[in-house]
Amino acid sequence: MPRSMPILLTLIFAPGFFASAPVHTAMIVGGGAAVVSGVVGVFTVMRGQSFAGHALADVSSAGGSVSFLLGINPLLGFLGMAIIAASGTELAGARFARERDLATGIMLGAGLGLAALFLYFDVTSMSTTGAAITVMFGSMFSIPSSIIPLALTVGAIAIVVSVVFFRPLFLASLSPDLAEVQGVRVRMIGLLHLLVLAFAVSLSAMTVGAILSTALLIGPAATSLQLAKSPGRAIALSVLIGIIATWGGILLAYDSFTWTPNHGWPVSFFIVTLIFLFYLAAALPEGRRKRKRIVQAGR
Amino acid sequence: MINAWAVATLVAVVAGIVGFFVVLRGSSFAAHALPLGTFPGAAAANLLGINPLFGLILFAVLGVAGISQLGRRSRHEVATALSLVTLLGLGTLFLSLTREYSQGVYALLFGEVLGISRAEIVPVAVTSIVASGVTLLLFRPLLLSAISPELGEARGISARRMELWFLALLAFATATALPIVGALLVFSLMVGPAAAARAMTNRPIPAMLLSVGISLLTVWVAISLSYLSNWPVGFFVGAIGAFSYAIGRIWGQFGTMRLRRDVVLS
Repeated sequence: MPRSMPILLTLIFAPGFFASAPVHTAMIVGGGAAVVSGVVGVFTVMRGQSFAGHALADVSSAGGSVSFLLGINPLLGFLGMAIIAASGTELAGARFARERDLATGIMLGAGLGLAALFLYFDVTSMSTTGAAITVMFGSMFSIPSSIIPLALTVGAIAIVVSVVFFRPLFLASLSPDLAEVQGVRVRMIGLLHLLVLAFAVSLSAMTVGAILSTALLIGPAATSLQLAKSPGRAIALSVLIGIIATWGGILLAYDSFTWTPNHGWPVSFFIVTLIFLFYLAAALPEGRRKRKRIVQAGR
Repeated sequence: MINAWAVATLVAVVAGIVGFFVVLRGSSFAAHALPLGTFPGAAAANLLGINPLFGLILFAVLGVAGISQLGRRSRHEVATALSLVTLLGLGTLFLSLTREYSQGVYALLFGEVLGISRAEIVPVAVTSIVASGVTLLLFRPLLLSAISPELGEARGISARRMELWFLALLAFATATALPIVGALLVFSLMVGPAAAARAMTNRPIPAMLLSVGISLLTVWVAISLSYLSNWPVGFFVGAIGAFSYAIGRIWGQFGTMRLRRDVVLS
């Protein structure tokens, strides 16, 4: 049925999807964020630093509000704040998991406080009440295309560093003791990872918003680590899932303009939902397998 | 102003008590994720035209269920992160559908301490008393399970059940206070003072009392400064929290000799 194909295609891709400039920008920047978060996320989940990843994203939003205030490139604001926060946590010198959790929590509280303050200044000085929404939840379809070169550079730096230090990073994430024996400087690698994390997180905080960037960082990586057997495959799968979720989310959000009158549904909602579904799809069979094993062991 | 003072004092007491366990269990992430993940509930309730309290409680239950159920299969913080972002994803959807959102989001995240009516105090007072009461009733099993889950299991205290209790208390304590003090303030109040108290002493009861004391002091100073400067309360609470933690760490370093003699209760 040759006739039904175009109709089917327009059902999936609403008219104008491929011609729309905001969609192009969103797909490039969002895709970049998904790739970087996918690579860095695998190490972050392995190292048990999901909280740090989330906290850095939230704190970098304070930088986003500053850049609103100063009128500088928002990515620089996000990035600067994330680097300050990452160094701050590392300087607190937390060696035990619980102590690290606390230092991260305190840093997060202080950073969010700053965000509140800067947002307050934003609101009072420029009466931009939308700033809180934009900074926290991002607004993919309003990313200016001028940001693409800088965003891709930041992403490329994070990926290059991760690839160059792949072996020590992987070893230190898997087993710090083993890495120490092999001559890896575990603390240095820890700091390096936090800085790469800051790069990745500030990039995605700009695209899906400070809070939801956690979804891109943790979701695909946690999903792929449940499925893949080798680190290389885990990273590839995590990147793939991130890109599918991001582009799928953009597509659905674009389509949703026709679902409800006058306005579309938020991109962040679709991306997060897709990521969550991927995670559940990977986790559920795993749980069933485990239960089966337990039942068999019981016999 | 008096109303703000009363509500903030109530929230500070609960935060000090529950925060003691947050710090002891090392679950700052849950303490951050539960209030934050609960706030879309208010938007959902707004959309359906029901009392925001029901929405908040529903989302708090979803949050607790998400963290504890997903936590069975994977790392705890991965479960927390995924539950949080999924709830927030729903939140963005509800917010975009209700339209009157900017101001609401700001208030839910950062609080509106200085605009509280007398009627709003009652639900906060009730939940504060219930949450503090239950925490104190479960003090020993919660403490044992937090310090050594294995020892707790040996005494017949299920670590999983204690975790569920802890998460439920955390969610319950924050849900009602959320529209007034904001997700950010609740979190800062839970972690900062308790962390400072923990750094100063290892004995559980003094640590908890100290945590409540610092929490009260933080709130009172923050509200006064906010009243004077007109800056948001959340900023002062976060800053004072970080400051008191730093002081606590320094105090703890000086007192290492003394602390070494103290015996952890377990």
